[in-house]
Amino acid sequence: MAFRKKAASPPEPPKPRTLFEKVWDAHVVDRQDDGTCVIYVDRHLVHEVTSPQAFEGLRMTGRKVRRPEATIAVADHNTPTTTGAMDDESRIQVETLESNVAEFGVPYFDMNDARRGIVHVIGPEQGLTLPGMTIVCGDSHTSTHGAFGALAFGIGTSEVEHVLATQTLIQKPAKNMRVAVEGSLPIGVTAKDVILAIIGRLGTAGGTGYVVEYAGRAIREMTMEGRMTVCNMSIEAGARAGLIAPDETTFKYLDGRPFSPKGGAWDLALGQWRRLPSDRNATFDSQLDLLASDIPPMVTWGTSPQDALPITDVIPDPANAPDENRREAWARSLAYMGLTPGTRLVDVPIDRVFIGSCTNGRIEDLRAAAEIARGRKVAAGVSAMVVPGSGLVKAEAEKEGLDKIFIEAGFEWRLQGCSMCLAMNADRLEPGQRCASTSNRNFEGRQGRGGRTHLVSPAMAVAAAIRGTLADVRDFQ
Amino acid sequence: MEKFTTLSGVAAPLPMVNVDTDMIIPKQFLKTIKRTGLKDGLFYEMRWTADGQKKDFILDQPAYQNAKIIVAGPNFGCGSSREHAPWALLDFGIRCIISEDFADIFYNNCFKNGILPIKVSKEIIARLMDDASRGSNAIIEIDLEKQEIKGPDGGTVHFEIDAFRKKCLIEGLDDIGLTLEKKSSIDDFESRQKDSQPWLHTAS
Ligand code: SF4
Repeated sequence: MAFRKKAASPPEPPKPRTLFEKVWDAHVVDRQDDGTCVIYVDRHLVHEVTSPQAFEGLRMTGRKVRRPEATIAVADHNTPTTTGAMDDESRIQVETLESNVAEFGVPYFDMNDARRGIVHVIGPEQGLTLPGMTIVCGDSHTSTHGAFGALAFGIGTSEVEHVLATQTLIQKPAKNMRVAVEGSLPIGVTAKDVILAIIGRLGTAGGTGYVVEYAGRAIREMTMEGRMTVCNMSIEAGARAGLIAPDETTFKYLDGRPFSPKGGAWDLALGQWRRLPSDRNATFDSQLDLLASDIPPMVTWGTSPQDALPITDVIPDPANAPDENRREAWARSLAYMGLTPGTRLVDVPIDRVFIGSCTNGRIEDLRAAAEIARGRKVAAGVSAMVVPGSGLVKAEAEKEGLDKIFIEAGFEWRLQGCSMCLAMNADRLEPGQRCASTSNRNFEGRQGRGGRTHLVSPAMAVAAAIRGTLADVRDFQ
Repeated sequence: MEKFTTLSGVAAPLPMVNVDTDMIIPKQFLKTIKRTGLKDGLFYEMRWTADGQKKDFILDQPAYQNAKIIVAGPNFGCGSSREHAPWALLDFGIRCIISEDFADIFYNNCFKNGILPIKVSKEIIARLMDDASRGSNAIIEIDLEKQEIKGPDGGTVHFEIDAFRKKCLIEGLDDIGLTLEKKSSIDDFESRQKDSQPWLHTAS
């Protein structure tokens, strides 16, 4: 081999970075030698359930909220979806939030504000969620906001207090995972089916320690609502956050929202946002590829979101579980769910239907549900409800006449809030009741003690309501 | 926050996989505005039948009523971010959880409350699970400084832990106080950001 004269080395090209790395790097306030960083938080969402102890902590130490204007508070988790009164404990929790935001000067959408709704619905709706931001909330589904290319994750109450006091968090960077869904989604298959299929593949702990970037044509073709559904459930695979590169769909959604930048600031922001997507040669620590055409409408059968199967499948047999741990978990799930191996999923009868939550409580979700409900009737013996994700989603749905379609079909049309996603308020399953739900967790007792949850898309939930059993939405289209 | 240096106590075995925070503390206990008094809600649905009868859950068995340690199955603490989960464990007297792996948010929340979550291999978990199942005869000792778990038979195993988290636990540090010492860096960051991304500094 010939010796070549060593040329003066050109300046090193910048290392290709992932979207996660770009947002992370832009928010490092301080880095210790061991890699622990102080990370700046651009937006902090606060709700009634995980904040009282944090405000109390500030009071006890005489600390203030560093940037009240970067914070927004709302009551959503434990609010009633009917006009009835709240129980004492719940009322005290909401009143505590109200006195805390007043004392610390935090902006608040009050109980009568039409903008009130689930934190993860109102952030994007108001333009409070923007690309490139860091966003935190004392709620694990904060990952929703990653749909905008914002680094968004759930934190505990001690960290809520930390953010209130310092506008920062102490963190180490996560690992990068890329999940690509190539090709276009078949008819009847939605963002919910995609994320259930992904969680089924990754497992409930497969994303632990990672931030997952979703990519590929199927993701790019999704609306913002669909992308939010996907990012929302990242935590169900254990991932700290989900991310999707911002693009024209993102910008169009944000343009003109109340808190989106305006005029010159918008142009400046846009210029920066366009540079956020992962560089072509950026390296990921892990990669998962799926074909959109392989994803059918999905449903969960067990008590972990990873227990997801195509609706055409049957209840699995623990004897066929891949390992001992899984065998025990499956057997326990089946006992809890009251199901027998070999039963066809479409033969599983249901008692209740819940359409709503930060996963599927947005206007597009309600439109998709209404389309199947139009002119049909909820099966006898099934009780079904629709809970919009925010007051504005509710108003828009009513403007479009969706409420009428639901009511005529036999659904209850409720006030906005988290409702039966976590069943803290009066909306809950009775022991043994089985529910087709558009929410995100099918844990034991999640929707009420002894309640049995099957996670599905909004259209699939309506199909189940009408048939009275879990059902394949493709039979209705 | 209470310091964590050494701990010696009974360990309760809880081999189930994916113990989620809804199991650790169900939603009806989240209506509180306090951090304390949550032990009654700990593992509520696993401890009590719907009509209020005790179910003989592991932590209610005489041998484990004073357990300070839980040896747990993998992916402990998955699900919701509720810090009520570590608060309830702490209120019961649990100061240490040993598992193959933990869900991120729960893991983080433990450190903020003086609870030590220890990650060890599957093989070590199997051994500790055995030890734990011997009940109150089997005292397990934890030494955070040395990063060691000592089993009832005297054998020790080493565990890994992030140096900064270890320091915070051993010294019982208030990390808000630590961060506030970096106030000038935060001020600088903010003023830089105000110039480069002014839209992040208009009021919400
Ligand atoms: S809708 Fe459910 S998952 Fe979403 S924020 Fe509310 S309780 Fe949490």
